[in-house]
Amino acid sequence: MVRPLVQFERVERTFGSVRALAPCDLSVQRGELVSIVGPSGCGKSTLLRLASNLDKPTGGRIRFATDSVGYVFQDPTLMPWRTVRGNAELLGRLAGMSRREARAAAEAALATVGLADFADHLPRQLSGGMRMRVSLARSLVINPEVFLFDEPFGALDEITRGRLNLVLLDLFAQRRFAGLFVTHSVEEAVFLSTRVVVMSARPGRIVAEFEVPFDLPRRLDLRYTPEFAQLAGKVATALEEAS
Amino acid sequence: MTDVTVADEAMPEASARQEGRARRRAARGAAAEPADRPGLARRLVRGWVPPLLLALVLIGVWYYVSLVALRPEKRFLLPPPHEIFTEGFADPRVRADILEATWVTTKAAMLGLAIAVVLGSGLVVLMAQASWVRRSFYPWIVVLQTIPTLAMVPVIGFWFGYSLAPRVTVCVIITMFPLVINPLQGMLGASRGLHDLMTLGGANRLTRLIQLQIPAALPDFFTGLQSAAGLSVVGATVGDFFFGRGEIGLGLLISKYTQRLESAPMLAVVFSTCVLGVLVFLAFGALGRRVVGRWSEAWGAR
Repeated sequence: MVRPLVQFERVERTFGSVRALAPCDLSVQRGELVSIVGPSGCGKSTLLRLASNLDKPTGGRIRFATDSVGYVFQDPTLMPWRTVRGNAELLGRLAGMSRREARAAAEAALATVGLADFADHLPRQLSGGMRMRVSLARSLVINPEVFLFDEPFGALDEITRGRLNLVLLDLFAQRRFAGLFVTHSVEEAVFLSTRVVVMSARPGRIVAEFEVPFDLPRRLDLRYTPEFAQLAGKVATALEEAS
Repeated sequence: MTDVTVADEAMPEASARQEGRARRRAARGAAAEPADRPGLARRLVRGWVPPLLLALVLIGVWYYVSLVALRPEKRFLLPPPHEIFTEGFADPRVRADILEATWVTTKAAMLGLAIAVVLGSGLVVLMAQASWVRRSFYPWIVVLQTIPTLAMVPVIGFWFGYSLAPRVTVCVIITMFPLVINPLQGMLGASRGLHDLMTLGGANRLTRLIQLQIPAALPDFFTGLQSAAGLSVVGATVGDFFFGRGEIGLGLLISKYTQRLESAPMLAVVFSTCVLGVLVFLAFGALGRRVVGRWSEAWGAR
């Protein structure tokens, strides 16, 4: 069996007297894109912060088989003073790439997300969807083995969201990273992932898991097939019982 | 760090508001924005006409007080506006005095401002590094701000004499506050997400400072610099006035003309001081727009 890149073993996290995460087991392997759905306040973001090592568990332990982690936040989180290219170069430079390497990697990543023509723009000149793509490109530059997404498309309109879902699936098909994708949309969770994890709130814990059998590449109209609807229905039911 | 996570998850309304904002921002789009910017001519009219009209009204009131309300033997208290020019600036002796004094004051003000920028920025960088440094300095910066100029000037004169150095010292003390408080706010306001990103990228303190905190502080730094620049002129003038000796700057010149009851030249110096203050304010504003105006909304980026 392949060793998971990130493995949670009875991981807990409390903040003062608040139990954000009850003992929780979860693992992600290369080639897996795991969606996490749950009501707000169920500790989804906490879980991602733990998985990225930005936060430490108060109980249990997390095994990391890599330190190459990409994290796409809820907001684009761009530096307003840097151009799109400058923002995309940031992580490459921090990872020790030369100026030239980082620039080449940034431009390649921007092309991947369809923003090659906007490299010299400033973030404020872009739409919300485009900013989110810059954010995605920024993490792509370091070609992470573990890719974490914290409701990255939650603030976007339906059409942009669908388009970015496809961009993400495409990337996943090419690079086969280990992904954790937090969302509160059941449809997005099922469409994007190879496995869906349902969490309940206060304290956050995993209450159900579903394998997603659909092959890659997927098309947006997959969402309107009976098989998709059936699985989404099961996830939705589990989610409702959890809330 | 951890508190923030809890708060985020515990306040769905707040995050919903944020999303709403983000969506509105997204909906406005990028390309459409320059179109709803008013034309240059209209902006000039809107920006200049109202204050100029008000100035005309005030000058009218001034003429009324000077020529109608005051009896002729009292008119020396407030000569009509044009006399400031005919008996002030037009007089070569007065003009030479004013130019000389303006140079003296500008020198003290800019030197003080420069020193305050260096000291203040250094302090801000230190204060942004650790909360104990911040807590140690913060109250004293506030105290420094509350010392009345009147109280500090004699003390400074007593210690440092009455040459350039004490005048510069007054300016440094007066301008320090906005040069610490404003950039500090900007520096601490760097987004948590960007800090997380730097952490994920393995950035050390110096990298974080240079690539995140300093750029994030720049808009507020320039806001502070702009008010400090205005204050430096006030500081140099007031310090000068209270020192009452040494090189003649604008403050001393005002008191010189006051003692001689030369009201038109006196008002000409007052006018020059205002012009100097406004020029300095505009110059530093232009500098701010030039450096951060491209991206900072507070500095005119649209």
